[in-house]
Amino acid sequence: MSDIVEKTLTALPGLFLQNQSVSGPAAAKASFSSRLGGLVRGITALTSKHEEEKLIQQELNNLKATVSAPTTTLKMMKECMVRLIYCEMLGYDASFGYIHAIKLAQQGNLLEKRVGYLAVSLFLHESHELLLLLVNTVVKDLQSTNLVEVCMALTIVSQIFPREMIPAVLPLIEDKLQHSKEIIRRKAVLALYKFYLIAPNQVQHIHIKFRKALCDRDVGVMAASLHIYLRMIKENSSAYKDLTGSFVTILKQVVGGKLPVDFNYHSVPAPWLQIQLLRILGLLGKDDQRTSELMYDVLDESLRRAELNHNVTYAILFECVHTVYSVYPKSELLEKAAKCIGRFVLSPKINLKYLGLKALTYVIQQDPTLALQHQMTIIECLDHPDPIIKREVLGEYSYLLDKETPEEVITKLYKLLRSDSISSETKAWIIAAVTKLTPQAHSSNIVERLIQEFTTSLDTCLRQHAFELKHLHENVKFMKGLLPVDKSCEDMVVDASLSFLDGFVAEELSQGAAPYKPHHQRQEEKLSQGKVLSFEPYGLSFSSSGFSGRQSPAGISLGSDISGNSTETGLKETNSLKLEGIKKLWGKEGYLPKKESKTGDETEALPVPQENIIMENVDQIITKNDQSQALTQSKEEKEKQLLASSLFVGLGSESTISLLGKADTLSHKFRRKSKVKETKSGQTTTAENVTRSSFSSSSNVTYEEDYYLDNFQDRGDKEIKKFSLNSELLDSESLTELPLIEKISNCRLSTPSLFAVNNMEVFHPPQSTAASVANEISLASSLLEETTEHMHSDLMEVCHNETISVSSYKIWKDECLLMVWSVFNKSASELKSANLEIAPAENFKITEQPGCCLPVIEAESTRNFQYSVQMEKPFTEGNLSGFINYQVMDTHSVQLEFSVNLSLLDFIRPLKISTEDFGKLWLSFANDVKQNVKMSESQAALPSTLKALQQELRLHVVDIIGNEGLLACQLLPSIPCLLHFRVHGDMLALWFRSSCSTLPDYLLYQCQKIIFHYRLLQDIEYNSLWYTLRKLRPREVKY
Amino acid sequence: MMRFMLLFSRQGKLRLQKWYLATSDKERKKMVRELMQVVLARKPKMCSFLEWRDLKVVYKRYASLYFCCAIEGQDNELITLELIHRYVELLDKYFGSVCELDIIFNFEKAYFILDEFLMGGDVQDTSKKSVLKAIEQADLLQEVRAGPVRKRRKRTKAKGALPTLDTLPAGPSCPFPTSLWRLAPKAPGWPAGPQALTARGGR
Repeated sequence: MSDIVEKTLTALPGLFLQNQSVSGPAAAKASFSSRLGGLVRGITALTSKHEEEKLIQQELNNLKATVSAPTTTLKMMKECMVRLIYCEMLGYDASFGYIHAIKLAQQGNLLEKRVGYLAVSLFLHESHELLLLLVNTVVKDLQSTNLVEVCMALTIVSQIFPREMIPAVLPLIEDKLQHSKEIIRRKAVLALYKFYLIAPNQVQHIHIKFRKALCDRDVGVMAASLHIYLRMIKENSSAYKDLTGSFVTILKQVVGGKLPVDFNYHSVPAPWLQIQLLRILGLLGKDDQRTSELMYDVLDESLRRAELNHNVTYAILFECVHTVYSVYPKSELLEKAAKCIGRFVLSPKINLKYLGLKALTYVIQQDPTLALQHQMTIIECLDHPDPIIKREVLGEYSYLLDKETPEEVITKLYKLLRSDSISSETKAWIIAAVTKLTPQAHSSNIVERLIQEFTTSLDTCLRQHAFELKHLHENVKFMKGLLPVDKSCEDMVVDASLSFLDGFVAEELSQGAAPYKPHHQRQEEKLSQGKVLSFEPYGLSFSSSGFSGRQSPAGISLGSDISGNSTETGLKETNSLKLEGIKKLWGKEGYLPKKESKTGDETEALPVPQENIIMENVDQIITKNDQSQALTQSKEEKEKQLLASSLFVGLGSESTISLLGKADTLSHKFRRKSKVKETKSGQTTTAENVTRSSFSSSSNVTYEEDYYLDNFQDRGDKEIKKFSLNSELLDSESLTELPLIEKISNCRLSTPSLFAVNNMEVFHPPQSTAASVANEISLASSLLEETTEHMHSDLMEVCHNETISVSSYKIWKDECLLMVWSVFNKSASELKSANLEIAPAENFKITEQPGCCLPVIEAESTRNFQYSVQMEKPFTEGNLSGFINYQVMDTHSVQLEFSVNLSLLDFIRPLKISTEDFGKLWLSFANDVKQNVKMSESQAALPSTLKALQQELRLHVVDIIGNEGLLACQLLPSIPCLLHFRVHGDMLALWFRSSCSTLPDYLLYQCQKIIFHYRLLQDIEYNSLWYTLRKLRPREVKY
Repeated sequence: MMRFMLLFSRQGKLRLQKWYLATSDKERKKMVRELMQVVLARKPKMCSFLEWRDLKVVYKRYASLYFCCAIEGQDNELITLELIHRYVELLDKYFGSVCELDIIFNFEKAYFILDEFLMGGDVQDTSKKSVLKAIEQADLLQEVRAGPVRKRRKRTKAKGALPTLDTLPAGPSCPFPTSLWRLAPKAPGWPAGPQALTARGGR
């Protein structure tokens, strides 16, 4: 970034010169621009926030001195104001200048006044006391004979004006409604509109004048008055029904192109006006057949007129569809509107797609059959990269139900879940959708299968959703209550005060329960009671529960690691929870048990005041609420609490350990007792919760710990066998035993000192094998971090010796190629002054990415060096070479050379354009190449071929029309290339066009290669399939 | 009604802010920071609309600048997108091939144009001609007082010949800083694809 800034700065002087030479008296202008310019330049040249603060503070001090000096002229004041605005925009306080801004607006000439007013409107807010000082100035300017002054005054009034001072200017503004200049009339109307918004009572008496404005001969004034009407009609539509005719007439004229050309926007007549009118009509025609009938014609006309393919027509169309659906329904129009929405949904433009999906919700409410046509599109959207789209889509599913049985939908979703092509995030969404659907489904085979499959999924998020579903599924009746059929479309009202529980609380209190204490109060009390109490979040006990069986120190230290990791897991999970819109899932009922559990906690707090309240909470919920409904609910609730607590486990584990000391023992004994007393159902739930939590915590570890474990287990190392518990954990059944819980508690007693131990040191693997294992692990993990977002190549070793191994891989980022060299230090000692350098190549521009410059590589660790590579001149194959040097033990330095091949393909990215744009671009390119390629018969399906190309070459499939396919790509940085494919018979005609001459040839070559490979691949697949079939046959005969 | 409009650069520097509903200073700063983060994190192929807090956010990137509007629930997102576009057109017409630098150094002019185009958060004047006429009138009057009348410059600086899809070498190798990139597409009705491309190429 800094070099961009520098370039910017070098370009500046030229600009200033122009500024000076062109306008205004040179001296004033020069001093002005150089001062603001100097400030801007000074700021952009700085590198740290701290320096910026210093500079601005200094600037503000200067300004403060200048503005308050009596010698300062208004002209200088104006410059100061501009700089003050700039400082405020950067987020610094310039409040000392506010009063001067008002003064400038008051005293300055036009030039200065305008800046003064601007500064006031930017500095002050509506209820600022200084604003009162402005009223006089405004009144004076409103009476001015100078049009510009009046305009300025009206503008500031509509921007910011103290409510209580409205009467002072109201008559003046009313007068302006009769002004001869339309610009003044228009601004006056808008100022009144502003008054209407902030103080509707004050403008009550001038409603008749609004009508006059509506009939104004100037379109601008009329359009301005519509703002007021929209507001007023929204509040009370029945009072304005008589105006429907006029609005319809106006809209007809607008749509018919009767307005002056000035109002056209990209040859669409006054789109803003049209949309405003459509909104008004929608409000007027709501639930009113007679009024609606007046507007059917013009709505139809609007739908028809908006055929043009410009974005703005889509805006009108969208508004029109909305209106059609809000007025009294007319089937013919509804059908047309639904068709329009279809165009939105099917559009390749993501904005339109998003709005289309949104609009589908109200189509489905009217007539689900219309939406069914788009079902496939909806499902396709599920895998869209933009999560917002996904959310819309899943919302859609609840509506589709009306026509299709839930089973069918679930089956479809299940199929989707099984496919590998979709991301795990999407899968989590889908499970959430299935959860919503389950209560309405009759048979639940698929759901059960799904639960089975995904409760063992490796993805934490998925597994959590699956567990949620599982527990809800166990109690169907309750689930139905929780996820009612028709509620998913409404936003649930959550009673945050939980007032419906007041009765219950009162009852409990009368029975001697302790009053509820807020969390901080409890905390304080606990602190004051000192050592006896434990604050330990129970989440911790769960996460360490996995190691209950053994108490070996190593096992425990691993446990500590895991609990640390579970913090992250918890974070991820809560994030995903938020995304999916919990509001919809959790009804009023959902909050009931939560409160109950709190009250339960209160009642129990009395008999056992010495004990840890939070810990007890878990158990008490179960004993208290033995009804099945509450049970399930509390499970859910606990699950959430678990999440929440796991968020804080990382923090908690350390602090509690140091705080607790020996008090632990006491609480554990007690807990054991209370556990025994519990009912059977209580036991299972706790156990399940334990399982789940240990699941979530252990799964995250799978990346590293499990990897170690697996490797070590393979070797049959006895010591390490102790950790195999971790993998046993994955088997949920193993934990549903009571004694286990006691062990957990025991296990925790010995932890404190060991928690700090790094597990790497505890089980140090044998040097030779471990190195290679660790190598793989670290490389794998480094890959995981950076490349999830982008496509990347496989890791490839480029060079190695006895101490280091250098691998590289490519990340095809959107804007450049990112080369990553992973240097792994195999030796047991650290390497010093390690440095990786890439030799400059003539065709490339290589930029080192920050964050990889530490010269020391510790023993057995990996360091990544990242370089972004840009191509400067098209070429087909290139070579990037470099070397790495390092020092071992301060003695000799070693240099190792390597090189990597780059091809043009590495710089090809998809070019996302629409078919129309494709058409336009196609004509504008001069270089073109054609070629016919033979295809095998099985390949005749064009889409599959294109898909292969899309995957292999990173092309974008723009459209497939019949036997023709359009693709587009760009060579970074921005050379587009368009491809046209046509199938006839078994021939494929390729046609390439681009602005660059070499690109088509090269792409043709690559495409041919891919198509050839693809053909080969298919043949092989076909053969192997045949082979397997033949192998199967005898078996079949046998049975 | 529009609640506020923000202009900020790719680096997260605020270039212009206009609030149409009284908001406290602290709240403003918080919102700006939050929204900038959200918008800057979005990828080019994602859609231009967001649901953020209780508002709908519509944003669009022009070369190095993000234009970002927050509107209310019942407002039309697509027309807001066009509103942004019209504002860019107005800026372009006024400055003559507007670029980010114009807005940095003449931000008060950008505010004046915005005030003439939007008033109290609603479109005041959709006719390009009349907005510019109003601005010109004010400018003219100023200059009558301030000095000899001059026709506003028609910019001939180097950037006039700047980025089109074909001529622009984007990325770090670009000889022109991004803040000199033309914000507006070359001609009205210029297809969205290539324009988005120039916008995307500006990294």
